[in-house]
Amino acid sequence: MQIDIRKLDHITIVDAVGDIDYSTSPELRKILLHQFCELKIPRVALNLTSVQYVDSSGVASLLESLKASRDLKSRFILYGLNAKVTQVLQLSKLLTIFEICENEEQAVKP
Amino acid sequence: MSRGRLLLRMELRSNPEVLCVVRSAVTRLATLLGFSESDNNLVILALDEALTNIIRHAYQGQRERYIEATFRLLQVPGSGVPQQAFEIVLEDEGLPADVKRLNPLPLQETPVEELKPGGLGMHFIRTNMDKVEFRRRDGRNVLRLVKAIPVADSH
Repeated sequence: MQIDIRKLDHITIVDAVGDIDYSTSPELRKILLHQFCELKIPRVALNLTSVQYVDSSGVASLLESLKASRDLKSRFILYGLNAKVTQVLQLSKLLTIFEICENEEQAVKP
Repeated sequence: MSRGRLLLRMELRSNPEVLCVVRSAVTRLATLLGFSESDNNLVILALDEALTNIIRHAYQGQRERYIEATFRLLQVPGSGVPQQAFEIVLEDEGLPADVKRLNPLPLQETPVEELKPGGLGMHFIRTNMDKVEFRRRDGRNVLRLVKAIPVADSH
């Protein structure tokens, strides 16, 4: 999985490309937690447009990031979810827990 | 013991980096068998979680241990239209599975602060597949997953 970070005016976007599974989720988790816990970024959006698959370890990483964001009163946004990723969050009963946007335009709106 | 028709057998090492290879191959296989995209996703998720559990728990993260994955087409007896099912059998030589972990409590709606993601993998396996059977045989863990293949509409 490839992860890039873009810092915009009022938001940091984490672009993930590839599958988020047991092999790759630790790296994503580390990067997301770094944004919230060390850098104290107030708004982070995870771009899942190019993510085809998320497993339970990926969901755990997203959940841990969400908790960190709430502890710091930051915002954590997911966008670009495809049907597979949406299905996994639905199965996890977590779809309504996350702030989810359709696309980047919506995610970056002030 | 299953008497289904062998479709595919894989022998792999317990390296998480090959999970994507298994997912790709079995996604194609499940499509050929007639699973819808949604059901295909459910099967792949269950399989992937089961393999991850073997790597994490049975082999405690070791990367060079043996896993065998066998995929069969079963004929399911019943009245009326013959039913087929997709069977996945995973075998490993690792630590005996913790039976308690194999039967997680149902997911509940819980406040975010109290949520813990542990057990999610087993939840996916049990929810997505029609049958989940575990046994220990000759020093190996044997996990059997079965999912019925929907009957195609006839016109």
